[in-house]
Amino acid sequence: MVRRHLLLALGALVVVVLVLENTSQFRNAQFGAMAYYAIAAGGLTVLTGLNGQLSLGHGALMAVGAYTTALMLQSREDSLPLPVILALAIVVTLVVGALVGVAAARLHGPYLAGATLALAVAVPGIPLFFGEWLGGEQGLNVRLPEIPVWLADAAYFVTGQELTQIRFLAYLGWLAAIVVFVLLANLSRSRIGRNWQAVRDDEVAAELAGINLGRARVQAFVVSAGCAGLAGGLLALSARLAAPSGFTLTLSLLLLSAVVLGGLGSLVGALVGAALLTFLPQVVTGAGTDLGLTDVQAAQLAPLIYGLVTVLVVLLAPAGLAGGLRKLINWRRSS
Amino acid sequence: MQQLLTTVLTGLTLGVIYAAFALALVLIWRATRIVNFAQAPMAMITTYIALVLIDAGYSYWLGFVAALLSGLVLGAVVERFVVRFVSGKSEVNAVILTLGLFIVLHALAAIIFGSRYRSFPAPFGLRGFQVGDTTIALTGFGVFTILAVGVVMVGLVLLFRGTDLGLRMRASAFNQEVSRLLGVKVGRMLTLGWALAALVGSLSGLLIAGGGLVHPSYMDGVVVYGFVAAVLGGLDSPVGAVVGGVLLGLSLSLVSGYVGSELVPLAALVILMVVLLLKPGGLFASVRERRV
Repeated sequence: MVRRHLLLALGALVVVVLVLENTSQFRNAQFGAMAYYAIAAGGLTVLTGLNGQLSLGHGALMAVGAYTTALMLQSREDSLPLPVILALAIVVTLVVGALVGVAAARLHGPYLAGATLALAVAVPGIPLFFGEWLGGEQGLNVRLPEIPVWLADAAYFVTGQELTQIRFLAYLGWLAAIVVFVLLANLSRSRIGRNWQAVRDDEVAAELAGINLGRARVQAFVVSAGCAGLAGGLLALSARLAAPSGFTLTLSLLLLSAVVLGGLGSLVGALVGAALLTFLPQVVTGAGTDLGLTDVQAAQLAPLIYGLVTVLVVLLAPAGLAGGLRKLINWRRSS
Repeated sequence: MQQLLTTVLTGLTLGVIYAAFALALVLIWRATRIVNFAQAPMAMITTYIALVLIDAGYSYWLGFVAALLSGLVLGAVVERFVVRFVSGKSEVNAVILTLGLFIVLHALAAIIFGSRYRSFPAPFGLRGFQVGDTTIALTGFGVFTILAVGVVMVGLVLLFRGTDLGLRMRASAFNQEVSRLLGVKVGRMLTLGWALAALVGSLSGLLIAGGGLVHPSYMDGVVVYGFVAAVLGGLDSPVGAVVGGVLLGLSLSLVSGYVGSELVPLAALVILMVVLLLKPGGLFASVRERRV
């Protein structure tokens, strides 16, 4: 299984290089965004799908990662290397996630949803209160460090193209996404992942089998928070900004709907959901303005569709789009 | 002393509104074991309906009544055509469903009514009463708020305690199977319960909006406060929801007055966690043990 995941990762890497080298700057930026949505959605789908814990607070956890990253990139000269900064963003979010997770492990269903909802609403207020330190309403600007010379040279040598800042960030994002997905895939097939599923399916049976319910739940939450932190850090790099308006309740809800659309618990589903989050708005907004809506109205069409599809998926196809497709393929094969 | 009085009076007025919202959540929880997170955008939509009427030149009271009635209809429609299909299934699905509705209503409101801030009128004065030569923080609209919520609560108590219909609603919330065997049309009672809850939610939406600004996400914080208030009171108990709402309003007003209004949602989160971890049954739970 592990070997299969590594092979898939290698294949994915090749696809990423081919796609990023042959698309425009604008598309590169979009793929970069898709990478961090995919990381956040991957973490959330493991938490909700495998462990059965619902989190509406992942936008807030992304904010923690983003602000950590932004705080460390305040001046261009003496900043740490980006991988170190992202690792620190993960660690800080892990700590916050562990605190939330310990509380969350004792809650279930609507209580957990309400508590994480409160988290999502509460966190954007913190930078406003500590305005001096965290930039208040305007947020913190992120000063991207220069691409290391050796890397730029190597990229030019391999691809024959100049490595732009945007393409570099897209590569960074996808590299991170591939690593995260391999780790998550292996984790969910490991003993730990099976424990999580056991806790989700039947608490009593899991406890009788010797699984520590609280520990399994906290583990799942912490892993998921780490993903959100990494995604937040990448978001801050891409947007060159960490501001409260970027981490509203809407972000948390859209992440959840992306995971539900793709199919709870499925990493492929998380990718599908992330792709929808990234590419659907542009398509739908264009169609909306063609139909005579104003720009502001057309911009709301995408969330409208996410919401409607989420409701429909819950009502009609609880396995999500990816699961529904799989079912269709199996049905075709068997008939 | 003056500031403390101001804080307490503001907190009381806000707390009454949170109590109404919490009551709406509790009504639905008792009937269908679902926390209706979409209550906030539902109240937002009905407030916009009132605003459109008022802006078109009709009186405040026509808008007020129209909002309450559209709340009633919206609640019934949502229960009958959406929520009915997940009742009794996995609770995660029900929560996700209400969140899907949340996103849908939000986007719809922004498309139909626009996403800019619009001011909402108040039928009574927004300046504090004069006592001697000091102005206290109780406004005409504040008194109206407290009275309006009071009337609704008395009405609900009379309905649930004093009428046959109320008895049937309580029976179907308590035990669907037995009620059905006894000839209660449970489905109809559930629809009615959601409709009533949405009406109470709409009232809180109107009261929050009065004299302030309205935009598609102006109720987002209120759903958190309403939920915290409901949990504070045990999520099962209407009386608890009201007491929880007032307590929460007072505490949040203290935080807002003495620490900073930016930290109000954080304070709500802290209160929620403390209640859930120390006294998960809330202050007024009817059952002794509650699985949270």
